[in-house]
Amino acid sequence: MFGGIDPALLIASLMVASVPILLAAIGELVVEKAGVLNLGVEGMMIMGAVCGFITAVVTGSPALGFLGGAAGGAGLSLLFALLTQVMQANQVASGLALTLFGLGLSSLLGQGYVGIKPPHTGVVPFGPLADIPFFGKVIFGHDPLVYLSVLAVAAVWAFLRHARGGLILRAVGESHEAAHALGYKVRRIRVLAILFGGAMAGLGGAYVSLVRVPQWTDGITAGAGWIALAIVVFASWRPWRVLLGAWLFGGITVLQLNLQAAGSGIPVEYLSMSPYLITILVLVIMSSGRGRAALNAPASLGQNFHAAR
Amino acid sequence: MTAAETGAGDLLRIEGVTKAYPGVVANSDVSFAIAQGEVHALLGENGAGKSTLVKMIYGLVKPDAGRMIWRGAPFAPSQPSAARSSGIAMVFQHFSLFEALNVAENVALGMETPPPMRELAARIRAVSEEYGLPLDPSRMVGDLSAGERQRVEIIRCLLQSPKLLIMDEPTSVLTPQEVEILFQTLRQLRSEGTSILYISHKLEEIRTLCDRATVLRRGKVVGACIPRDSTAREMAEMMVGTTLTPPERRATEKGEVALGVSDLSVASPIPFGTSLKAISFTVARGEVLGIAGVAGNGQDELLLALNGELRVAPDRVRIHGKSVGDLGPTDRRRAGLVSAPEERLGHAAAPNMTLTENALLSGAVRQGLTARGFIDWRGTEAFAEKIIESFDVRTPGTHVAARALSGGNLQKFVVGRELLQSPEVIVINQPTWGVDAAAAAAIRQAILDCAAGGAAVVVISQDLDELLEIADSFAALNEGRLTKPRPVQGLTIDEIGLMMGGAHGMEVAHHAG
Amino acid sequence: MLKLEKRPTPSVFWGRATPVLAVALTMVAGSLMFAALGKNPFEAIRTIFWDPLFGEFAWYLRGQLLVKAGPLILIAVGLSLGFRAGIWNIGAEGQYIMGAICGAAVGLAAYPTESRLIFPVMVLAGAFGGWVWAMIPAILKTRFNTNEILVSLMLVYVAETVLAMASTGFLRNPDGAGFPGSRNFSSYPAAANPELLAGTGLHWGGVAALGAVVAAYVLLQRHILGFQIKLAGQAPRAARFAGVSPNRLVVMCLGIAGALAGLAGMFEVTGPAGQISIDFNSNYGFTAIIVAFLGRLNPVGILFAGLLMALTYIGGEMASTNLGLPSAAIQAFQGMLLFFLLACDLLTNFRIVPARKEVR
Repeated sequence: MFGGIDPALLIASLMVASVPILLAAIGELVVEKAGVLNLGVEGMMIMGAVCGFITAVVTGSPALGFLGGAAGGAGLSLLFALLTQVMQANQVASGLALTLFGLGLSSLLGQGYVGIKPPHTGVVPFGPLADIPFFGKVIFGHDPLVYLSVLAVAAVWAFLRHARGGLILRAVGESHEAAHALGYKVRRIRVLAILFGGAMAGLGGAYVSLVRVPQWTDGITAGAGWIALAIVVFASWRPWRVLLGAWLFGGITVLQLNLQAAGSGIPVEYLSMSPYLITILVLVIMSSGRGRAALNAPASLGQNFHAAR
Repeated sequence: MTAAETGAGDLLRIEGVTKAYPGVVANSDVSFAIAQGEVHALLGENGAGKSTLVKMIYGLVKPDAGRMIWRGAPFAPSQPSAARSSGIAMVFQHFSLFEALNVAENVALGMETPPPMRELAARIRAVSEEYGLPLDPSRMVGDLSAGERQRVEIIRCLLQSPKLLIMDEPTSVLTPQEVEILFQTLRQLRSEGTSILYISHKLEEIRTLCDRATVLRRGKVVGACIPRDSTAREMAEMMVGTTLTPPERRATEKGEVALGVSDLSVASPIPFGTSLKAISFTVARGEVLGIAGVAGNGQDELLLALNGELRVAPDRVRIHGKSVGDLGPTDRRRAGLVSAPEERLGHAAAPNMTLTENALLSGAVRQGLTARGFIDWRGTEAFAEKIIESFDVRTPGTHVAARALSGGNLQKFVVGRELLQSPEVIVINQPTWGVDAAAAAAIRQAILDCAAGGAAVVVISQDLDELLEIADSFAALNEGRLTKPRPVQGLTIDEIGLMMGGAHGMEVAHHAG
Repeated sequence: MLKLEKRPTPSVFWGRATPVLAVALTMVAGSLMFAALGKNPFEAIRTIFWDPLFGEFAWYLRGQLLVKAGPLILIAVGLSLGFRAGIWNIGAEGQYIMGAICGAAVGLAAYPTESRLIFPVMVLAGAFGGWVWAMIPAILKTRFNTNEILVSLMLVYVAETVLAMASTGFLRNPDGAGFPGSRNFSSYPAAANPELLAGTGLHWGGVAALGAVVAAYVLLQRHILGFQIKLAGQAPRAARFAGVSPNRLVVMCLGIAGALAGLAGMFEVTGPAGQISIDFNSNYGFTAIIVAFLGRLNPVGILFAGLLMALTYIGGEMASTNLGLPSAAIQAFQGMLLFFLLACDLLTNFRIVPARKEVR
């Protein structure tokens, strides 16, 4: 099956392919743990992609580009926070609005940038480590964002598990009424979580336009934001399983691209729809278990909070 | 003059506090004082303004006017953490707990500067032993009984060595035996110098426990008394304002069995819910079966299994001998069963829908409000008007949303909607929960009238007084199991307590105490 | 400081007024956006909202209004039923594509037979195609509790791939010299969906859209099923208490939405589009989400919202040719409209009051 495909290269490119959805998904996990369902991940990602791209092209610095991407995603998520936390709008509808608006606005912003090559994002110099056979290529041959995304997973895990802030965040997502009764600022905590989620999605989007593709075209994220949402469900709101889900999905993407290139007997169309079909399949498997996975979902997910009295 | 009268020994003085919400004045010029080391009762009906008052003390709500004096200095907590750091702790009526978090995490959330988890767990164990409240810090709160959950709240408060402990209706979730243990804990705290503000509408409890009482009615202080020197009747009249007549009942002949339940077992559809285990009972025409139990012992599940929201094997539930276990709510209504769930807004009624629409919600089948699926709106409105009129529901009209009605009025509407459908079997969970005394009396009377008219009635309630007042036979739910129903006459409170499961997980402490 | 206070009963006035307010606010914000793009904002607004109706080319563009509004209304009416019940089908785009492919496939299979039965059968096939595509998330949700939002959306990407396969493969015009795209229905009268009244732009899709509006209105106002849909969306537990089966509702709402989206696709491919091609789909399925909300999920409201949204499409194209306004600006403009609408909705359920002064 792997005819002509180098496993080390496959794993290395799998790690790269998974970065955008990993970043977006770990951000969304924090948002959902706070009890907010932001379906606008796709919109925030593509805003991150275009803002990051423009910043990088204008400044010539990929690092500033990634910062710009994060800012773009966070900026759009601020709109979502305004709608749902201040204006008490329905979260599902607001998330959809965010995606529709993000797609339009990004394409507007990106008008003059089609066909340009962004500055190159270099790999982290690990020196001789990169020359180790197999592991050198798999582990020590990547750009900083690959390591950063894994670090982000670890940081989110540690924060939710051990930090007081993480405990409060989980409490807010579990029962906003009870958290409010204890005097926690439900709305403020949720807005912060939403902004974090937006920044992470924006970072993931910038990775698409600066490293993965790397160029700007309309609709460049091609559903990656939605897949990130699916991965949070797949992971049943556990950070390390988000990593697993993202790698799994990255693996499928890379494999199907490789199979397309290698000219296997399978028609290209079937290969290119496979990531979406597999996402559906994974969702089915995860949701049908019902019991444990469902119990792990934050109990206030998607509900708005308004302190009446 | 004593210290209490001069105010020198007062821990907290409330002076002329007023708080208004749109359309309702929750507190109007309320003044009273809590002395050091006393158990002070705040007595009043549902809706008298007790909860708003304690929320102001706890920093959740800001008063519109008036002031509070805490240990001689003006006191205006801007948020609960400010109140907590001053030495005020509160046990909530509806728990401020997180089901998916464990005991230690829940406790940590209620503290300003919690120690590291391991140390906290050790301190929880120490305090729980000191006060005879056994608790495992690593257990998930969702898996605890209502009594154990209250222990979590109490321990959370005790860990902060409060000077004032506020308890909002603490006994509504406890069995009689658990109440006794709680009182021992509170007396121990008082002897250590802690003041307790004890909110309740249960007079006997206040007479056994409290040193002084302040009575609230419609947001105003209407009196104060020393509970030990007052009779329950005197306090009740202060609280309600009028003399209440208990519902009258005629002795009715028991008819043939109308509702039969046999060996009903079903898993709970609710997260952290209680599964029903082998429940069997029968209710005859004209009989009222009262089902007692502490919250969370399967009451919600029992209602769902009886009204068809939860389906079981056909012969587990029978109405007039006909198997209906596998039928849904619509078909069970057709068979003669109506029900009123505990949660008024969201379950029994749709909050944003008008009363007319809410009348259609459960009345469509038995009242014939649809023809070939098309709705007879005129007929539906007439039905809504009939409910409003027969049950004295105070509302500007049938066009208002259900959420605009007060709790008592909405409950009258919901119960009325079911009772007016000439039902043969009635199942009601918590018929008078959170309802003022006059409305509660009206609802109980209506239920008894239906029974006298030949309906079989199941009343599920956590209010023992209510059950003893209206039920012919009595059973208790305990962890999803139902005791064998017994005639109400001749039951003692101790027997009832044991039927309800005694003191959950407290056998050791009970014997020690 | 201001604060929110929940109204005891939702406001009827604001329920009607919010869409108007949202449109007005969007025009203001849109003007700012156009100005930022270096265009004269007044001219842009006029070109988008006035010229298509009363300008120089209004005689032609007014007809285009119904052409664009038809599918939007048809899809949005279907979506609104689900949205009301809390069932979030956001994959109408995919159902639209599949309806078009199925409808076209039946017609092309019959080519070149001339029969009056062909078009009705194609209509059924179109509805069936959309219905089947919507049944996938419906069944996965009822059987496995799978999230319908994600599944229906994933299926859009799958449908787009199927569309590519159709136009380059199994539906490609055998006489087309190898170019992608199917035969054109305009040259096959038995399967075509022509303009019914010259100059109006009305084709069978527009008729179906009007029929859907009327049917949905009756359903929601007079029928117990419509009541159950509203009940399930507002208070799911109360719906179960009333005896509504959530699963039945999921299958029905997704089924209706899918069938209507499929119909829209079928009418589009046989009429205005003329053929199956790679870029046949034009985001109607997503724009219809905005239309549904703008119409406040009310069939009559959707009728007007669909016309308004069609106007922005046509006016946007005008502005693009005449003023050089990027077409993406219109997409952003439409997204903005949804934002303002959701924000203004606040006024229906809340009152904004000055916060009381704190007493110390």
